Amino acid sequence: MELLDNLALGFSTALLVQNVVYCFVGVLLGTAVGVLPGIGPTATVAMLLPITFNFEPVTALIMLAGIYYGAQYGGSTTAILINLPGESSAAVTALDGHEMARQGRAGAALAAAAVGSFVAGTVATVALAVAAPPLARVALKFGPAEYFSLVLLGLIVSIALARGTALKALAMIALGVLLGTIGQDIYTGTPRFVFDQRELYGGIDFVSVAVGMFGVAEILRNLENEQTRTAIVSKVKNLWPTREDRRRIVWPILRGTGLGAALGVLPGGGHVLASFASYAVEKRVSKRREEFGRGAIEGVAGPESANNAAAQTSFIPLLTLGLPAHPVMALMVGAFIVHGITPGPNVITDEPALFWGLIASMWIGNVLLVLLNLPLIGMWVRMLRIPYQVLFPMIILFAAIGTYSLGFNAYDVYAIAFFGILGYVLIKCGCEPAPLLLGFVLGPLLEENLRRALIISRGDASVFLTRPISAVLLALTVAALVVTVLPAIRKRREVVFAEEE
Amino acid sequence: MESRRSFPDVLAGGVFVLIGGAFVVGSLGYELGTPLRMGPGAFPLLVGAAVVALGLAIVVKGLVAGEVISFGPIPWRAVAVIVLAVLFFGFTVRGLGFVPTSAVTALLTTLASSRVRPLAAVAVAAGLTAAATLIFVVGLQLRIPLWGPWLGL
Repeated sequence: MELLDNLALGFSTALLVQNVVYCFVGVLLGTAVGVLPGIGPTATVAMLLPITFNFEPVTALIMLAGIYYGAQYGGSTTAILINLPGESSAAVTALDGHEMARQGRAGAALAAAAVGSFVAGTVATVALAVAAPPLARVALKFGPAEYFSLVLLGLIVSIALARGTALKALAMIALGVLLGTIGQDIYTGTPRFVFDQRELYGGIDFVSVAVGMFGVAEILRNLENEQTRTAIVSKVKNLWPTREDRRRIVWPILRGTGLGAALGVLPGGGHVLASFASYAVEKRVSKRREEFGRGAIEGVAGPESANNAAAQTSFIPLLTLGLPAHPVMALMVGAFIVHGITPGPNVITDEPALFWGLIASMWIGNVLLVLLNLPLIGMWVRMLRIPYQVLFPMIILFAAIGTYSLGFNAYDVYAIAFFGILGYVLIKCGCEPAPLLLGFVLGPLLEENLRRALIISRGDASVFLTRPISAVLLALTVAALVVTVLPAIRKRREVVFAEEE
Repeated sequence: MESRRSFPDVLAGGVFVLIGGAFVVGSLGYELGTPLRMGPGAFPLLVGAAVVALGLAIVVKGLVAGEVISFGPIPWRAVAVIVLAVLFFGFTVRGLGFVPTSAVTALLTTLASSRVRPLAAVAVAAGLTAAATLIFVVGLQLRIPLWGPWLGL
């Protein structure tokens, strides 16, 4: 069994003492930061990313994956306890989770989320291990034309999942791609849009973009009405769900896992879609439909499982194609590149220990998450009591230090301010920040492959249509574009996202 | 959909047009090349034009059938203070060193909240500076001098 050999290699890597320790540290840090109100997984990973640069590549990536799961779980804890979800996927958890907390059943909600996440993580890790190698083999056949079309497809599909109008999401993507062109041109070395500043030759660091758009912009939004924030944290008791609860969460967890594992592969935020879809499904199949929104445990277990399964399988496009499916994966790409590894189909053959070690560590990370969170829940609750007036200076200061430490480049720090303001204005106008970040990360890939494909085809643009895989991908892109712009579908999207408000 | 103007739509579209336009103008200064060998200016020109076009579409839509978004108040004080704090950090960290820069940045940032009390601000700034020094310099071995050359120590 090749799969078993591979997994054995993975576990032998992931179970090395330093890897387990840093996976643990990652999960701990990720939860600690993710639990802070208003900070979602993207902001958490962006803030903690610089910490991992000091380690070996395998250890660093394992730690980063740990931070990601921790941040997600931390975000759910915040959503359940004080109804302040840090990212849209946790917003679904808040619907019923916070309602349960108000009824004094916070413990059961947290346990359902933890158990659901663990089951989902385990199943999705296996799915990842099974699906990744064949996909990577297909991806190796991809030329520049195919890559160009694929990146384009990924960018367009991400619109369908963003909130707000498709037009704005499209503009955000294009703006991200445009900002990604700052810095030296890859083919000629010409510095572009750098205003003669040497520090900008390397381009703007994506961490600055992420911290600015997700961290600073969010703080400014929170400071708009300071009075509205009330943090009433109820005491958490009775962590174990009752037998009745246990019976009720089995199927939602399994259905959520399946939905999440499938939807997580989609580019652009499959985990958000997965949570919403799972909530909708549970509401539909439940015999106690009227309980939803009033503290139904199924409404916590299902979406949480879906969310976590999707978080896991969103590594599939990253590890096989080098394409980040959502902003956190975009940060992962940056981490790979810092360590001199180009994410893509070659990772599996060139760095088998890293590839399988990362997959195995995902499962270990999930185990640690359960072990850590159930006993430490009291500590996370205490962290929720940190007043915002301490919290936001901390985020700004740590963001500035972290970004500066990336390359000791003051321009990376200035960029935080720029993207903070830009993000704040655009978010206030109803634009989502995630598409911009995706465009920013994928833009250079788009340009490189476009130009390379045209060089290979001797300037003949029809190459994108004459190569079959590329043509199919482009057809899908056009279809996705048409679907997102069609009014009927747009209305349905509004319905899906309206429940969040 | 009834016809209504939407200020946020027009503003967002304006931002896109402005930035896209700036890139278009900038990219004309670089070599455009041919399709076979695209120059450094070609791709930004294409994408910049797309951003401008999308921005214009958003403006037009905002004037005809805008999205209803409550714009809400703008915390001018927070915007000014946070931008100042971040710029200060980038500008002085090399010269003043880690500790003074962090302390001033943290202190400035605490002023962003309109309900801040002076004593609390100093306490938060001191605590955060100590925490940041422990985490980043002691814990993570970040190579930034604690006290910089500008202080003449």
